[in-house]
Amino acid sequence: MDTFIVGLIAATLRVATPLIFGTLGELFCERAGILNLGIEGTMFFGAFTGFAVAASTGSLWLGLLAAILSGILAGLLMSLFAVKLGVNQHVSGLGITLLLTALSLYSFRLIFGESSVNPSIEGFQQLSIFSSSPILGPIFSQYLLTYIAIALIPLVGWVIYRTNFGLQIRAVGENPEATDAAGLNVIRLRTLALAIGGGLMALGGAFLSIAQLGSFTFGIISGRGWVCIALIIFANWQPIKVLWGSLLFGGVSALQLRLQGLGLDMPYEVFLTLPYIVTIIALTLGGRNAQAPAAMLKPYRRE
Amino acid sequence: MLKQFKIERVPAPRWSVIVIPIVAVLVTFLVSSILVILAGANPFAAFFNFIVTPLSSQVSALEVLVKATPLILTGIAVTFAFTAGYFNIGAEGQLYAGAVLATWVGFTFTSLPSIIIIPLMIAAGILGGVLWSLIPAILKIRLKVDEVVTTLLMNSVMLYIVSWLLNGPWRNPLSGWPQSPEISAAAHFATLFPKSRLHIGFLIAIAVVAIAYIVIKRTPLGLKMRAAGASLTGARFAGIDTTRTMLTAALVSGGIAGLAGAVEIGGIHFHLIDAISNGLGYTGIIVATLGSLNPIGAGVAAMFIGLISTGSQTVSRVLGVPVYLGDVVQNTLLLVTLAMFLLQNYRIKRVRWILLS
Amino acid sequence: MYAVEMLGITKRFGNVLANDNVHFCLEQGEIHALLGENGAGKTTLMRILYGLYKADAGEIFIDGKKVEITSPKQAIQAGIGMVTQHFTLVPTLTVAENIILGYHDKQTVSKTEIEAKVKAASEKYGIHVEPGALVRQLSVGERQRVEILKALYRNARILIMDEPTAVLVPQEVEVLFESLLRLVKSGLSVIFISHKLHEVMAVCDRITVLRDGHVTGTVSKAATTQQSLANMMVGRETFGVSRQSKRKTGKVIYTVKNLCACNSQGLPALNDCCFELHAGEILGVAGVSGNGQAELTQVLTGLVKPTKGSVKLDGTDLTNAEPHDITDAGVGRTPEDRHEGSIGTLTVAENLALEDLDKFIRHGMLDQSLIIENARKYIEEYQIKASPTDQLRKLSGGNMQKVILARALSRKPKVVIASQPTRGLDVGATEYVRNRLLAERDRGAGVLLVSEDLDEIIALSDRIAVIYEGCIKGIMPAAEATAEKLGMMMAGAC
Repeated sequence: MDTFIVGLIAATLRVATPLIFGTLGELFCERAGILNLGIEGTMFFGAFTGFAVAASTGSLWLGLLAAILSGILAGLLMSLFAVKLGVNQHVSGLGITLLLTALSLYSFRLIFGESSVNPSIEGFQQLSIFSSSPILGPIFSQYLLTYIAIALIPLVGWVIYRTNFGLQIRAVGENPEATDAAGLNVIRLRTLALAIGGGLMALGGAFLSIAQLGSFTFGIISGRGWVCIALIIFANWQPIKVLWGSLLFGGVSALQLRLQGLGLDMPYEVFLTLPYIVTIIALTLGGRNAQAPAAMLKPYRRE
Repeated sequence: MLKQFKIERVPAPRWSVIVIPIVAVLVTFLVSSILVILAGANPFAAFFNFIVTPLSSQVSALEVLVKATPLILTGIAVTFAFTAGYFNIGAEGQLYAGAVLATWVGFTFTSLPSIIIIPLMIAAGILGGVLWSLIPAILKIRLKVDEVVTTLLMNSVMLYIVSWLLNGPWRNPLSGWPQSPEISAAAHFATLFPKSRLHIGFLIAIAVVAIAYIVIKRTPLGLKMRAAGASLTGARFAGIDTTRTMLTAALVSGGIAGLAGAVEIGGIHFHLIDAISNGLGYTGIIVATLGSLNPIGAGVAAMFIGLISTGSQTVSRVLGVPVYLGDVVQNTLLLVTLAMFLLQNYRIKRVRWILLS
Repeated sequence: MYAVEMLGITKRFGNVLANDNVHFCLEQGEIHALLGENGAGKTTLMRILYGLYKADAGEIFIDGKKVEITSPKQAIQAGIGMVTQHFTLVPTLTVAENIILGYHDKQTVSKTEIEAKVKAASEKYGIHVEPGALVRQLSVGERQRVEILKALYRNARILIMDEPTAVLVPQEVEVLFESLLRLVKSGLSVIFISHKLHEVMAVCDRITVLRDGHVTGTVSKAATTQQSLANMMVGRETFGVSRQSKRKTGKVIYTVKNLCACNSQGLPALNDCCFELHAGEILGVAGVSGNGQAELTQVLTGLVKPTKGSVKLDGTDLTNAEPHDITDAGVGRTPEDRHEGSIGTLTVAENLALEDLDKFIRHGMLDQSLIIENARKYIEEYQIKASPTDQLRKLSGGNMQKVILARALSRKPKVVIASQPTRGLDVGATEYVRNRLLAERDRGAGVLLVSEDLDEIIALSDRIAVIYEGCIKGIMPAAEATAEKLGMMMAGAC
């Protein structure tokens, strides 16, 4: 049973990693007042770009860098539509998700051909810390990116709550008129937030393709972006709570995988729907969800 | 003195309704040419294969309509909801809900003749969609919970339910694949032409376009929906029961999306698999947007997207360009159109600006 | 040397001359009131000073130096701060965070550091704020103090206060006045926009009165009285000269008793509002904007539910009725905001049919020809310049208002609630709308005319009620209304 729990903890952290990246990315966007439904596509695009660059250059780090850049690009695209043009955020976000997904699939076929065998690379290796310990060893046998993701949580919290930039982001998401009146550039702030957010989302995607799997599959994201949308509500837009939400979801997923592995006959899908159902209940109990940034979904135009 | 340009808001001229889509298509082709060239193919040849080739033979032209059928329905579903100001992003899940119930009817009541079981399946599909849209709709009108997030999350929940059904209770005992039992032969929708998959679902979709058009443009409900969607306070001021109107629109929208699921089961797949949709619900949002929330516009847009998705297979076969070009083109078209709808309200005006010394 | 000198300021909006060659001088260290009715041009003048509008003509001097102010940023740099009724604060941030927002020269924000800074400023200027408190937990008065401190923190030496007392309760007003008096002693110069006479007399050193975009005079407090200020502000000698002195009105048909309601922020806006409306009369509700007129019409038209009180039409209780029950009962309404009460993307004909849809249904369908025919009838009767199939938003304000009026009056209502019916209309349309209301009265309907245009109230009403802070302060026959009486009541002076 010990190995079961040890394995469960280790797997939980692995499953949680891309969710932490994605949710922190979405947190930047939503804190600045933009619901970025482009997240699903941005993660997919990041997974693809990271893999493609890593595979063609042979450098995983270059792949990671390329993934971040692709995410920033996706954020800027979202900014063009949702911030500059002020298009309805739902439709533009979904449009970007669909476009980036199609673009990734197209480019993947273009580069790697129609082969039925998925190309793979030697991905990042798990670090072995405490490798001699039977308990700590497996738990801390994680990818560097997992540590980075966890370290990012307090970092993002610090940026949001303790820096001038974070203050401005929070202000623009709550009251763009007041932010404008304070002499700050609303468009620029929101664009920056989307770019940073996009970079983080793409990193989450790249974790899957160039660390965990070492390959790019069409189902690589399969709704993880939407999970992040749910987690951010669950986390009440607070960085630190993102960790608990991601771990909870990661734990549930890991648990159902383990139980399946044990050959237990149970509807594991029920577990997987939990975060969504919990989020819907949270939204309902939260009433008019007073915690959400007040200016979210509202394009800002100076009259 | 310095000349400057100023952008001002003006109402869109009437001709823009026609011109905008055409310009949008041209811009989209221009943008996606880059991808075609990257694939080492000639963009003109590619777009010829996209647009013209599918229409040059009866079989492939009918295939365009096959592809368009579910898109017409999801497009109308989204149009209906958006018209009333209810942002239903959940057509995908509602479609699956409809497909689930329709499939269950199809393989359970195997002794029924076509004339009974097909209408029954259709009713089950509609019911499934309505039921699945009920929770977000009630949360929206009673507790003001944002429907965008709830309908989106309900999609994922539905996918897991389908996955559970296919891997659990409905797993095909013969093949062992994650697919439901076949619906009875009597439940297969009749086809309209020999050697084509085009089935009566297409006629249903066309009928839905006509009915939706009449409801939205010609009935009291439609007028109330348009009023509520354009201005909630204005509609309330005029004495319209806006919550009831919105609820009706949300449920009808879900019902039409569920119908799309039933039609895909009865007309194309004959059993439930988890890939019956692959985004038809989301593409419905593209269709509705391209059709500028007009049911007939949505019908045309759905056929255009059906054309692109049939054409992308031709392009892929003939020129060796990956088949996903079609998806790229249709999504680029969405974004370009969105931008143009917005830009049509602006006119760049040259103004004179006197510099004060 | 003046702190601010505005010379020959002229500003035109379309056909409206908002400021006409206005001269305004603010002395160092004084509180100077800008007094005038709504639309007199007070706010326009101050928005020009703060860089929000650009004057068509005129010059501005700050401390004797000529300046060009084209944005709030430049105004702030020139030492000007402005506090409006519409606060520009972020509710979820703390007081200190709001104050330093956009005025902080470090990359990091240390809570203790900024709170200490704000605390120091708070003590220096004698404006008490709690630096660590969240703005959303503050009362309106406290928020106003944050806004003032925010301006002073940015080194404002000239403070514009746009109707600062409009949002405050009396106790808060006193605190504000004490702070202002203390601040001017230490060198601040204050421009105090108001239309409340007693406040102006209580706190200001000098008063500049504006009427219809002109300055009617600048006087020192010692040399004037509330009565003479009221005359300068309203500028009318006698009222109702041409009106028939005694019209016969019918019985009471509409009774509003002890009505209470809250505004959209959840704050009380109507306080025990009571009045009776007779058949065949126009009851004008006069008042300075923001004294509960909007909430009164929202409650009476069914958009907002009252928290207390009752509304009865001919014995039918309409207190909590929905809008369609109210119209069915025989109340015709024009909304305060034309654009909010109509639907711009629908056609003229559809808008005209919307309120009484059942009339246009045949076999479950809308009878288009009936709808169009109905529209044609009203287009002709009301001389609306539009075709039935035009989108409403493409119409001019006057034509749009005629559509709304036609819809409101189409069912021959027993009571007409007309809220700001001529706001923003040109002369011709205004006259048309007024004549229509008179015709309704002559038909025997009771008309409630809520308007901020005193001329309109005086010209049309049989009786005039004055609303002040959500309460009807008094009702008098139009013949008894005098400039002093109305002006003082509207300003809450008696």
